[in-house]
This record gives sequence, structure tokens and C-alpha cells, in this order.
Amino acid sequence: MVGKIKGTGSYTPQYRMDNNELSTMVETSDEWIRERTGVVARHIAKEETNSEMASKAGENAMKNAKVDPLEVDLVIVATNSPEVQIPSIACLVQDNLGLKNATCYDLVAACSGFVYAYNAGLSYIISKMYKCILVIGSEALSTIVDWSDRGTCILFGDGAGAVVLKEEEGNYYLPATHTDGSKHNSLKLYPKESPYVQMDGGEVFKFAVSKVPTVVEEVLEKNQVEKSEIKYYVLHQANKRIVESVAKRLKEPMEKFPMNVMEYGNTSAASVPILLDEINQKGMLEKGDKIVIAGFGGGLTWGASIITW
Amino acid sequence: MLEKVKEIIVENLGVEEADVKPESNFKEDLGADSLDLFELVMALEEEYGVEIPTEDLEKIATVNDVIEYIESHK
Repeated sequence: MVGKIKGTGSYTPQYRMDNNELSTMVETSDEWIRERTGVVARHIAKEETNSEMASKAGENAMKNAKVDPLEVDLVIVATNSPEVQIPSIACLVQDNLGLKNATCYDLVAACSGFVYAYNAGLSYIISKMYKCILVIGSEALSTIVDWSDRGTCILFGDGAGAVVLKEEEGNYYLPATHTDGSKHNSLKLYPKESPYVQMDGGEVFKFAVSKVPTVVEEVLEKNQVEKSEIKYYVLHQANKRIVESVAKRLKEPMEKFPMNVMEYGNTSAASVPILLDEINQKGMLEKGDKIVIAGFGGGLTWGASIITW
Repeated sequence: MLEKVKEIIVENLGVEEADVKPESNFKEDLGADSLDLFELVMALEEEYGVEIPTEDLEKIATVNDVIEYIESHK
């Protein structure tokens, strides 16, 4: 038994903020941002809320998977930026989409959120606890970013992505995941200190560049899959320079690393499913293709999973 | 040691070997930005088994600085 991705969907806000607009808000420049991050623009949820974006992404994934709302029996939303504290964003998605038979909850694992949520969904299906799961990553990071801190505000964007997992005959791969709570200060939002995300950029960059290649190697080795069998590595879109460095360390060509950080910035838990939907809609994935998804971020958390399309 | 460090610099910064001199300044002469330096430092840490904390990076401006840092922390 395996949880197969039957459909993908995404939603990104209408409002597009390019680097030049950002340069009018903080001391920075288009060239500086592009060189260090690859980001050209980000989309900002001026009209939309997190739950509205999550619902639209979920609705699009259900359409793509041709799944009836009443078939969905579990909704997991990976997010760090909900507009309400109680209930979960997943409950609002349930209400918006009429998923009356679903159990709903949110999961917090920073930028690794979607990978962790996918793993959770997969294990529920393998255990036969649930059969048809909507896994969503959704972020309105613009609501928790300090727009006067040029070290962070240039990086982030808003959006949501989703997949539908359904049970199917077949084999699954075991994921590789890790957490290092001793580094909780590297990337954090402690409301009593500040209402905004605070990040030690250098430390997080070093962490990503060293741990992501290792965890990808680990998941491949664990499942005895060769790098040559992997069509794409869909990495969390934190920074173009991180993706390039990971590719170099894995000795894999850049063509195997689709990217959209240029257009959306870092959308945390939403980046992997938005990119998955993008490559799926472009027809870049065929049945039987093997891909690796990988997330990394605050916690520190990191992990990778192998998916057969 | 200079030769090996040079090799690592050439590989990580994508510069010409002839341009890497002991007195070369990473930012001004070799065009490295802060992220390039982090990657370079990681490669040096792996090669020499030393740890160069982020706060010490500020003290490292030239190729010579790196060699001195590694030698005194090995």
C-alpha cells in the first residue's frame, strides 16, 4: 500500500512586489537581492488570508485529482503564519470546501512543514487509518515579516500549494528526517521578544548547505535508490544560492533542480507544493518518475522523501 | 598549505589561480560576497577539521588571514 499523489494545486496572491518596489521600503537594491538570493519578485497577500489561499490550493488539487469533497477524510495544513490561533487553518479549509467527512489539523515544522506533512499523510495511508488526504502548505509570511529588516523581508513571500494523497497498491519509500532543537534560536518567532521572524542568516545558510545534501544522500541510501534514477529534486525554495550549492555538493546537474524562488521568494511550508504543482502543470512529470522532495528550516528541522509519480 | 588553500579557493569562488595571492582580499580582489565566504569556510572546515564560527568571519579578509586562522586553531 502506498499514498499516491493523485493531484496538485496551488494559489499565489494577485499582488506582485518586485525588488524595485522593495527598494523604496528598505535600503537595498534589485542587484543585491538577485545576486544573493535569486529572488526577483514575491507575491503578497494583500486581499487574501492564509486560509483562503490554502482553500484555493486545496480546491485546485482536488479538481486535478478528480476527488469529490466528501471523499477527503483527512486535511493536514503545514503553516507557520495562520490568521487565527484557534481553530486550525485546516478547519477553515474544511468549511470553505465542504469536506464534511474530514478530520482536520495543522502542523508546524517551519520550512520543512510540507515534507513532514507529506510523511504524516503517507504513514496514515499505509496504516489504513485514512484513505484520501489533502496535504496543504500555506503561508501568509508577509504578516509576520519585519518590513523594516532588510535581512529578512527581501526573502519571503506568500502562497499555498496542495496535493491529494490516495491509497493505491504499490511500494513506498521511507523518509529521512531530523530535528535539532538546540538550534532553536537560529530562526524563530518568539512573540514576547518580537512579533516578527528573526533569523541568523549566516548560520541558517551554513546549516542548509551542509545538511540538505546529507539528508538527500541518506534517503537515497536508505531506500537503495541511485541518484541516476531521480528525475528532479524539488527543494524548499529558500534561496537560489542554496539550491545551487546543494546541486554542486550532490554532484548533480542544475537541470534536475526546478526552481521558482525567483518569482515567489521563500514561501516556507508552501514552497515545495507550489513548485510541485508548477512542474506538474507544465507536464514535466510522467507516471513512474521518481523525485525527491526536501525541506529545511527553523527548529532546526530538515528532511527528504522519495516520491514515485 | 598555501597551495591547498588556493585550490579550495579556486574551486569554491570560481576564480583564476593566478589571481589568488596571499594578500588577496576576498571581497575586494576575488569578488566574493558573504554567502561565497560561508561556502568557502565550510570547505576549509571540512579539509582542516577546524571550526570557524560566524563571528570570527569578520576577522578574515585575505587569503593570509585564513591560513593564519587555520594554523592557530588546528
